[in-house]
Order: sequence, then structure tokens, then C-alpha cells
Amino acid sequence: MSTVTVAHHEEHHDHPTGIMRWLTTTNHKDIGTMYLTFSLIMFLVGGSMILGIRAELFKPGLQLMNPDFFNQLIGIHALIMIFAALMPAATGFANWMIPLQIGAPDMALPRLNNWGFWLLPPAAILLTLPFTLALFGIGDGALATGWTFYPPLSLQGGIGVDFAIFSVHLLGISSVMGSINIIVTLFNMRAPGMTLMKMPMFAWGWLITAFLLVATIPVLAGAVTMLLTDRHFGTHFFDAAGGGDPILFQHLFWFFGHPEVYILLLPVWGFIPQILQTFSRKPMYGYKAQVYSLWAIGALSVVVWAHHFFTAGMPVPALLYFMYSTMAISLPLAVLFFCWIKTMWRGSMSFETPMLFAVGWIILFGIGGLTGLVLADVAADAQYHNSYFVVAHFHYTLFAGGIMGIMAGVYYWLPKMTGHMYSEKLGKLHFWLTAISFNLTFIPQFFLGLAGMPRRIPDYALQFAEFNMISSIAAFVLGLSQLLFVYNIVSCIKGGKKATDKVWEGAEGLEWTLSSPPPYHSFTDQPVVK
Amino acid sequence: MATHSKNHYFVPHGSLYPSVLSAGILLLATGFIFSVAMDRSKDLAYLQTPGKWMMYFGTAVILWMVFKWMGAVISESLSGKYKNWEDKSFRFGMIVFICSEVAFFAAFFGALFYMRVLSVPELASYAPDITPYKDFLGTWPSTGPGGNVLGAEYVPPANFKPMHWMGLPLVNTIILLTSGATITWAHWGLIKNNRKQLVVGMALTVALGIAFLACQALEYHEAYTEMGLTLGSGAYGATFFMLTGFHGFHVTLGTIMLIVILLRCMKGHFTPEHHFGFEGVAWYWHFVDVVWLGLFIFVYWL
Ligand code: HEM
Ligand SMILES: [Cu+2]
Repeated sequence: MSTVTVAHHEEHHDHPTGIMRWLTTTNHKDIGTMYLTFSLIMFLVGGSMILGIRAELFKPGLQLMNPDFFNQLIGIHALIMIFAALMPAATGFANWMIPLQIGAPDMALPRLNNWGFWLLPPAAILLTLPFTLALFGIGDGALATGWTFYPPLSLQGGIGVDFAIFSVHLLGISSVMGSINIIVTLFNMRAPGMTLMKMPMFAWGWLITAFLLVATIPVLAGAVTMLLTDRHFGTHFFDAAGGGDPILFQHLFWFFGHPEVYILLLPVWGFIPQILQTFSRKPMYGYKAQVYSLWAIGALSVVVWAHHFFTAGMPVPALLYFMYSTMAISLPLAVLFFCWIKTMWRGSMSFETPMLFAVGWIILFGIGGLTGLVLADVAADAQYHNSYFVVAHFHYTLFAGGIMGIMAGVYYWLPKMTGHMYSEKLGKLHFWLTAISFNLTFIPQFFLGLAGMPRRIPDYALQFAEFNMISSIAAFVLGLSQLLFVYNIVSCIKGGKKATDKVWEGAEGLEWTLSSPPPYHSFTDQPVVK
Repeated sequence: MATHSKNHYFVPHGSLYPSVLSAGILLLATGFIFSVAMDRSKDLAYLQTPGKWMMYFGTAVILWMVFKWMGAVISESLSGKYKNWEDKSFRFGMIVFICSEVAFFAAFFGALFYMRVLSVPELASYAPDITPYKDFLGTWPSTGPGGNVLGAEYVPPANFKPMHWMGLPLVNTIILLTSGATITWAHWGLIKNNRKQLVVGMALTVALGIAFLACQALEYHEAYTEMGLTLGSGAYGATFFMLTGFHGFHVTLGTIMLIVILLRCMKGHFTPEHHFGFEGVAWYWHFVDVVWLGLFIFVYWL
């Protein structure tokens, strides 16, 4: 660092090109792009797996696959969607947007950042390799326990379980490295004058997410390590014959698993208010209240885990505690909903695609949260646990609340990232197709669950046939609509109307002060925030 | 935005180390899975040899890449690329990393408390006519049920006894606590720019780390050969070996890092103002120390 000029970045002289650029890059935008691309690819992979499931469930009876393969598809679908589609999408946005939003030259630890991404493809290989190996007669396919790895089934399974265990390890290391980077960036790289309480909401959402990841991912790593030693080295953590307990695994898993659902959503809760603000053309309502609510939800999320296994057997005081603490989360969540709606209240709103997704998101995610309250009721959960009601609940939170939120973000930032406008017409079409077919897929599943259809079962009683048929048809429409999404993104990258720097009339924040697309090295000189 | 701050942050070259490192990890993991695949199905025994080779190869790649990567960091540090701003990033990063390690150990401590307080006593409390684990003793340390369980014969080793806190564990506690003091003393030397105190303090710390590992090796040897205490010795054996084993693994890593830092101290890489490498490792070492205290109290003593 000899001079104070821009030539400060080493790689200025020699940008590698082609594959080497992507393998070696330490640039936050390149890494963000890789995360987002990886996420989109894995979203399609995980999606096609579940279309196999919906095809099997189209009518009663077994027609396409044996039950074991059915279970493998379900488990790998879920692991892919959670760890390889949703989480990398959020991390991709973090990489792209956090430095731009806080006026930083790059992420704080750029080489570590590269490693965080390059752990993901090996993890995806580990998850899906057992399917391929089975074709060559090696082993009997992937993990067949569902994404939750419950013993004793996971103790008995074949090499697919080992592959999934190591995959989770790599995904976990990747998340922890990403979180370290984000925490450090947010604490150390903010532009002069940007106090914590002036940070964009997206940065807040990610800060709390990163703390949750650091606190809980290692616990998951510990839990699956115990599984591994139980499987291969004779320990008895989850085996009653030696004083262990399968329910111990459920505690460890959900100590991670419940915070995980907030890990998936907090980044979205960060940028949705920014979108609402932009398209309502008025300041965000209740910034402080939102920040405190995010903190409250983050803190509560680590003390409610046992609501995922009320039926496994627990002393009554524990049931009551976990029921009330779970319900308590809906209080700060209600504050957030109030702020989101109040941000739009009497604004001069316009409904470009990101705004459509954001408004649709509020409604659909709201349904997800409300049905969660139903499940948090111990007495009701005794009936609904492990039924399709739960499946519908977490798809309203994860597909609508997670993926559709991410889609809002994609449309919102795509012009900034590529320098081109996407096709508004196709975007709107994509929104309506997605929103309608999503509801048609999952509303029937609420009814199926209420009527008693269990989840993770390849066959079902005749009385469930109609709803399943509707759900399957809608699921295919939902899946195919996503091709429109891909098409829209690809054609936006390739060309289109030039985007202005500000892109959206009501947009505010440092990222909109840079050109679209921003220069390779953004903010080599930090702006000063007043 | 007319005003700009005059700060500049160092962003390193593109680097191939992280992605090759990940490829090494992929090889290691896949190789490991192949090498243990026969546990599940004897038809897969032929995977064992290729699996082992993949593991060796993967490990070599990992070590090589870590070596190169850390080498790059050291030379960047020596050429003055890291100023206070970068230094602060490393500090924050190290603290967060250590927090994640704490969470990892917490999972195993959690398992220990759960089994000891909940599952073992409960298993022993069932009336014999409703439980398959009839001879299960609810006392701690628990080695498992004994007798015939669901068709499998469990024979607790006749000479089984738990690890007592007196003896090697106590020695190890003293060793680690002393090493915490010697590294702090070395740090004082560094701050006072007293090279001799620094190097002697570091050398002592390394020696104590190695002594700790030797004692632990001895302890494990005794456990397996004389005390009938193995990984498979029920809830006690599992938690004992996993907790002390992961701790020992961290001590090993810590000792290797200490050796690197010792060499760098001897070469004069650190200045009283600028020595994050030293401090980061020192923090790690203190963390390992604190975990040991937890182990000493909850695994050996109580
Ligand atoms: C106030 C809000 C919420 C409450 C009270 C709540 C409550 C619950 C309860 C009690 C269950 C267990 C149901 C059972 O298995 O019997 C559950 C399952 C689930 N919830 Fe929620 N939830 C809420 C919000 C969310 C959010 C925001 C997400 C995701 C982003 C989410 C994702 C999930 C998932 C993935 C499962 C199923 C896990 C599995 O068994 O595989 N929930 N929820
Ligand atoms: Cu939960």
C-alpha cells in the first residue's frame, strides 16, 4: 500500500479471466454473484426432486418409486432448499449489498469470503453423490430420514447418512465463515458517520442472523458428529442400550433447527422494509422498533426449540414453558408486521414486481406465522404434529416467507447488479403465476393435514385423493413458472433497457449512489455519512 | 457526498488456496465415508483401500493449502500491508470464531448433562417387566445395561473403573494453567520488547502443551488397556472420550500454532505494537485452557 490512490487493490494489474476469475476471486460482488447463481441452480435441483414427490402423490397407491427412494427425495429436497438454496441466496445478497449499503471497500476478510463460497459446491456434491453411486451399485442411495436426521433411523441407514453428515459439516463451516465475515464487516467497515442505529435494516437483519449462526450451527455440527460416532465408533449417545437417548438428538437438532428458521428469514425481514419504503416513497416506519423486535426474536428463538417435539414425551411444566415461550415470539413479530404495513400507509405506492412480491409476501408469510401459533398450542399439536398441516405451515413460512422474499430482493436489486432493467411484464406474470399456484399447492395441504394425512408417506387413503391431485397439479405449475424467473434473470443479464444509478424513484441508501452496475471496486474511498 | 475519508483497506490478490482447500476436504470426507462403508454392508469392503488413499491424499492437500495460505498471510503482514484497520478485522474475526468453538463444546457438555441427569436415571427407573434394559444401573458412571438386551449380550468389562480426577488429570490441569501463565509472561516480554523473555516464555508454553498431550496419551492408553474404559463404555465412555478427545484435538492444533508463533518470535516477526498473530493464538490457547477447566470439573471431578 504505497500510495493513497486507488491502485491500492492489488489485483488491479492482473484480473484473471474465465474460470480462474471465479475460483480465485476475493471481490465481494463476484463472490455474491457465485452465491446467487449457486442458489438458483440448487433451487431448480431441489425443486425438480419435489416434483417427483408430487407426481408420486398425484394419486393413491405406489406408482413411480419405492418408498425408500421417496424418503430420500424428501430429505435431500429439504436439505438442498434450506442449506443450498435459501441460505446461499441470503449470503449472496449480503456479499453484494452490505459493502454497498454501508459504504465499505469490500468485505472485511476477502479470502475467507472466497472459502465460504467454495465450501458449498463440495457440500452439494456430498449431498447428491449417493444417488449417483447407487446407480453403480455402491450403497443404497441418499439419506432417507428426512432433513432432521432423527435416530434410530439415521443410525441404521446406509452410506447416504454419512454423506449427508459430512455435507452438513461443510455447509456449517461455510455458514460460520460467512457469518464471521459479515459480523466483522458490519462492526469494522462502516463508513465514517454511519452509526449502528443508522445501518440499513438489511444489515441489522444479517447481523442478528450471523450471531444466531455462530451460536447454533456448531451445535448441529456436534449433534451430527455424535451420530457419526454412534454409527461407526461404538458410542451410545442416542442409543438407550448404553444410557443414551434418541430424544437427546432431537434437543440438539432443534436447538439449532428453530433458530435456523429465523436465520432463513431475518435477512428477508431486513430488505423487505427497504423495498416497501422505496415503492411507498416515504420513510420506513418504526426503524428502532423494528431493530429491537429483530433482537427480541433472535434472542427468543434459542429458547423455544422443544415445540418441534411436543409429542415425544416431556414433563408438563416443560410443555407449558415451550408453548408460552413460542407464542411469545409472535409479539415482536406482530410489531414487525405493524411497522411494515404502517410504512405503506398513505404512501404514494406503485406496484413494480419487487413491490408485488413484497406485498404478497406480507400476506402469505402472515398466514405462515398464524398457523405456527396453532401448532405452538400443545393440545392442538398433538393432532397436527407430523401431518400435512405442518408441511403447509412451513411452506408458507419458507417458500412464501423465504423464497418469495428473496425473489422480491432479486427484482429489486437486479437492475443495480446488472445495469439493465428486467422485463416488468414477465416479472409481473411470474409473480401472479407463483402466488396463485403456490396457494393452490399448499392450501389443500392444510386441509389434508386437518383431516389427518401424515407427512413423509408415499401412499395415502382414498379420502385424500382430490386435495392431493389439486396440490400436485398446482405444484407443477409452480415449478414451471420458475423457468420464467430464470429466463427473466438471464435476459436481464444479457441486455435490456439501461438502468439509471438510482433505478427506483423512491430508492434511498448508499447502494443507489453508485453506478449501475457498480464499479468492480466500490467505495475505494469511503463516503462520509452525515 | 463531497467529503471522503482517507482510509484504505487492504484487499488481497485473488487466491486459489481456498478452493483447492475445499477440494481437499471433499476428498477427505468422501475417502472417510468409503473407508467405513463396510460397517453397514460387507459388500462395500472393497471401498476401504481406495477410501484410505483418498483420505491420505485429501489430508496432504489440506495441509499443503493451509501452509501456503498462512504463508501468504505472514508475508503480507511482514510487508506492512496490515495496518490498524485490517488488524481490527482479524481481532473481531478471531473472537467470533472462538465463540463458535464454545458453541461446539457446549453441544457435548449438553449431551453429558442430559444423559447424566435425565436419560440414565430414567432408564434405570423403569420396572423390570416393562423395559428391555433390565440390569441397567442408574449410577454414574454408567457403562450400559449389562445382560441380555433385545438379543444382544452386553458384558461390562470386569475391571471397569472411571477416570479419577487425582493423578494425570490433576497434573494436566496444573500444566495447562501454568502454560496460560507462561504465554502471558511471554506477551509481557513482547510488549516490553524483551525478545529473550518472549522466546523463553513461548518455548515453555510449547513444552507444556506437548507435556499435556503426552499425559493425555498416557491416560487414554491406561483407560483402554487397564480400566476397560472405551468409547463404547456407555454414556460415560462416550462423553468422556468425545469431550476430552475434541479438547485434545484443539490442544494439538493450538500447540502447532504455538510452534509456528515461537518460530516467528525467534525470527523477530512481531513488534510491541503489531502482533495480532501472537495474540490470536494466545486467545485460542486461553480458550482451550478454559474448556479444560470445564472438563476437569464436570467430567473428572463431580
Ligand atoms: C410465530 C411464528 C411461528 C410459530 C409459533 C411456529 C411454530 C411451529 C411449531 C410449533 C412447529 C412444530 C409443528 C410440529 O412438527 O408438530 C413448527 C414447525 C415448523 N416451522 Fe414454524 N412457527 C412459526 C414460524 C415459523 C417460521 C418463521 C418458519 C420459517 C422460516 C417456520 C418454519 C418451520 C418449519 C421448517 C417447521 C417444520 C420442521 C420439520 O418438522 O421439519 N416456522 N412451527
Ligand atoms: Cu420452531
